[in-house]
Amino acid sequence: MGISRRKFLGWMGAAAGAAAASMKPKAAAAAAAKSFPGHPDSLGVLHDTTRCIGCRKCEAACNEVNNLPKPEAPFDDLSVLERRRRTHAGSYTVVNKFSVPGKKDPVFVKRQCNHCLEPACASACFVQAFKKSEKGPVVYNEKVCVGCRYCMVACPFYVPAYEYDKALTPRVTKCTMCAPRIAEGKLPGCVAACPKEALTFGPRKKLLEYARARIAKHPDRYVGHIYGEREMGGTSWLYLSGVDFGHIGMDTGIGDLPAAAYTAGPLAAVPLVVGLWPVLLTGIWAISKRKEKRASDELSAALAANTAAHEQKKREELSALRQKLSKEKEAAVERAVKQALEEAEKEREQAAAEAGKEGGRQHEPAARQGGAEKGEAEQADKEN
Amino acid sequence: MEPDFYTLQGFMTHVKGVIYVLMAGGLVGIPLFWKFLAGRDEKKRTY
Amino acid sequence: MAGEHPTGQRGLFTPFNVVAGIILLAGGVLTVMRFTGGLAAVTALDDNNPWGLWIGFDLLCGVALAAGGYVTSAGAYIFGLKRFHAAVRPAILTAFLGYALVVLALHYDVGRPWRLPYPIFVSPGPTSLLFEVGLCVFLYLTVLFIEVTPAAFEWLKLTRLRALVVKLTLVLTIFGVVLSTLHQSSLGALFLIAPGKLHPLWYSGYLPVFFFVSSIFAGMSMVIFEGTLAHKYLHHKMDEAHKAGTLNVVLSFGKAAAFVMAGYFYIKIIGLAADDNWHYLATGWGLWYLLELFGFVAFPAFLYALGVREKNVRTIRVASLFAVLGVVLNRLNVSVIAFNWHLPLSQWYVPSIYEVGTSVFIVTLGIVAYKFAATHMPILHGHPDFEYEH
Repeated sequence: MGISRRKFLGWMGAAAGAAAASMKPKAAAAAAAKSFPGHPDSLGVLHDTTRCIGCRKCEAACNEVNNLPKPEAPFDDLSVLERRRRTHAGSYTVVNKFSVPGKKDPVFVKRQCNHCLEPACASACFVQAFKKSEKGPVVYNEKVCVGCRYCMVACPFYVPAYEYDKALTPRVTKCTMCAPRIAEGKLPGCVAACPKEALTFGPRKKLLEYARARIAKHPDRYVGHIYGEREMGGTSWLYLSGVDFGHIGMDTGIGDLPAAAYTAGPLAAVPLVVGLWPVLLTGIWAISKRKEKRASDELSAALAANTAAHEQKKREELSALRQKLSKEKEAAVERAVKQALEEAEKEREQAAAEAGKEGGRQHEPAARQGGAEKGEAEQADKEN
Repeated sequence: MEPDFYTLQGFMTHVKGVIYVLMAGGLVGIPLFWKFLAGRDEKKRTY
Repeated sequence: MAGEHPTGQRGLFTPFNVVAGIILLAGGVLTVMRFTGGLAAVTALDDNNPWGLWIGFDLLCGVALAAGGYVTSAGAYIFGLKRFHAAVRPAILTAFLGYALVVLALHYDVGRPWRLPYPIFVSPGPTSLLFEVGLCVFLYLTVLFIEVTPAAFEWLKLTRLRALVVKLTLVLTIFGVVLSTLHQSSLGALFLIAPGKLHPLWYSGYLPVFFFVSSIFAGMSMVIFEGTLAHKYLHHKMDEAHKAGTLNVVLSFGKAAAFVMAGYFYIKIIGLAADDNWHYLATGWGLWYLLELFGFVAFPAFLYALGVREKNVRTIRVASLFAVLGVVLNRLNVSVIAFNWHLPLSQWYVPSIYEVGTSVFIVTLGIVAYKFAATHMPILHGHPDFEYEH
């Protein structure tokens, strides 16, 4: 954003110094800086406020040539000059009276659209309803106007008005510099009607020269400034004054930058956001996804390891148990055999003891024992 | 030489118009490129 | 509003319905007035003050407070904060309704509402920031619409369509963040074209950044605030996952909002320094500015911090209310209150009762629509037939 803005301001600088730039050789064309000289031979009006007498003839003419509704107070009623007025849906131009401190005569100033060289309304309009025409007038196309009134917000001169009382077909209204009349080769209505030549119509470049000449010729009569030469990038209507422009209701703090310069930064940021946000956000998503995947991988790995260890342990335990069991089994068998033998022996002994009680003649119930008894018996026989 | 644009407003209208078209291209193109870039990752997962 | 509880009466004439019904009826009358008598019949707008409450509140505040949609879905789907999932649906729904109502409100404000598609389809004016706003709001409304459809599809049992949309979640979320970044900031940038009209304390080259950053905590605060209301009045519609998730969301969003507000406070101070506007602070406008900055940014940020540290949901909810009011105050300051600050007092704009009434009507419309959706669709609870990636 920063770079584009700087570059942009560079263009602005170039545009402001267009006169100087046009004298330089074409090598400058290779540089990034661009200059916008404005339409050549575009027309304008010079308003010399020192000549205006506040007769409202311009208002009447404007009303007539534009077929505007009848005003509340007739145009020869000069009492309306006592309050500060602005342009409205029914009046494209108004004359205001200013009492300037230190001056005995009031100053009259005509107000209307200034027809900027770089119009704020055109820059602001989202349907291109306003266009700076080659001839000079800033023209309005009601066929596309949505009625959002952003132009009225944007205009630094508080000029565009709106038909608030129309329910379904409200238009934005403002001075057209009588574009249709100009096309027919006629003067704008107000200029033609001015009895004091306070308004001069012609090519803007000529008007500037003319104004400078007037200031040079009567340095005591004018302040050394042509309002509109540079204000907001310059306007097609130009003003001369004998007093500080701040005293006659002109905004002297609006600066020389055209409206477009103020919105250029954010506009330049738009494509960057469109291109880089998805890259950044997809990156963040991929990283968090990866983390998530790694975490779940680790979890499942840990789980698997855990299960394996568990199974191994179980297996070991099992085999140990099995071993133990088989040992116990053997022992049990042995024990059982031993027990059986012991029992058999006991029985035999018991039987032998019983046989001894009955007499020595009883014959052998079991071979081995019988043998032993036989021997004993033989021994006993020999002794006998 | 005639300049292409006499006014900044004319120049901006042209330039911003072109940029809006390019932005539409970016909005489609960048996700598609990501799909291509990460396409194999996705496929591996399904096998 | 407390009328509809599972145990309460289910009739048509609950207090909520009666009040809402009266407001909607009045809105109908105002609508007729607007479209028969023009703006002059219902607004206090004039040639010096072409934008009033309908732009300052309905458009600017509406869009800022609907930022919860992109913030929450970005948190859940891009930054991978799974515990936000329960908050995504209500936030997206609020955002969709918010934007739909913004567009509806614009139909009252602009002269020829049927031409609202003109900037996009008939005669685009690409040098205008309003064109950018219009295009983004149009596209984002479409994105939000697609994002809310899964809830409706579940309600209507359209399984296959739902699956298709769910697949697009990531792309839609990223698209939503891009569009939101653009139009949230551009709404601030709208006023850059009028450096002479907006008071220097509010006019700044950083306006787009201010608007974007404040939209982040506006969205979070609104999610918390709206959650408070939903808990109070739609508690029976919430499932356990949602209730458990909400506590999490309140704490996390409270924390995030507090920190973002700290950043916002910082850039606001930088803005003062960048234009060397310190001396204005000692004026009446300066006091008003300081009230906004300290009373409705620093204070709620601090309140949030207290609530988060002590895990006190109540404190966080109070903080969210202040933060929301702060964003409303900021938007009104930029668009209405500090706009045309140098005009004499007699030429100041004060909204008419009809303008206020229309704004109330539109907000009511939003609440009724939200209540309908949250009552009938799986917004505050999951649908039993569908699985969720909680």
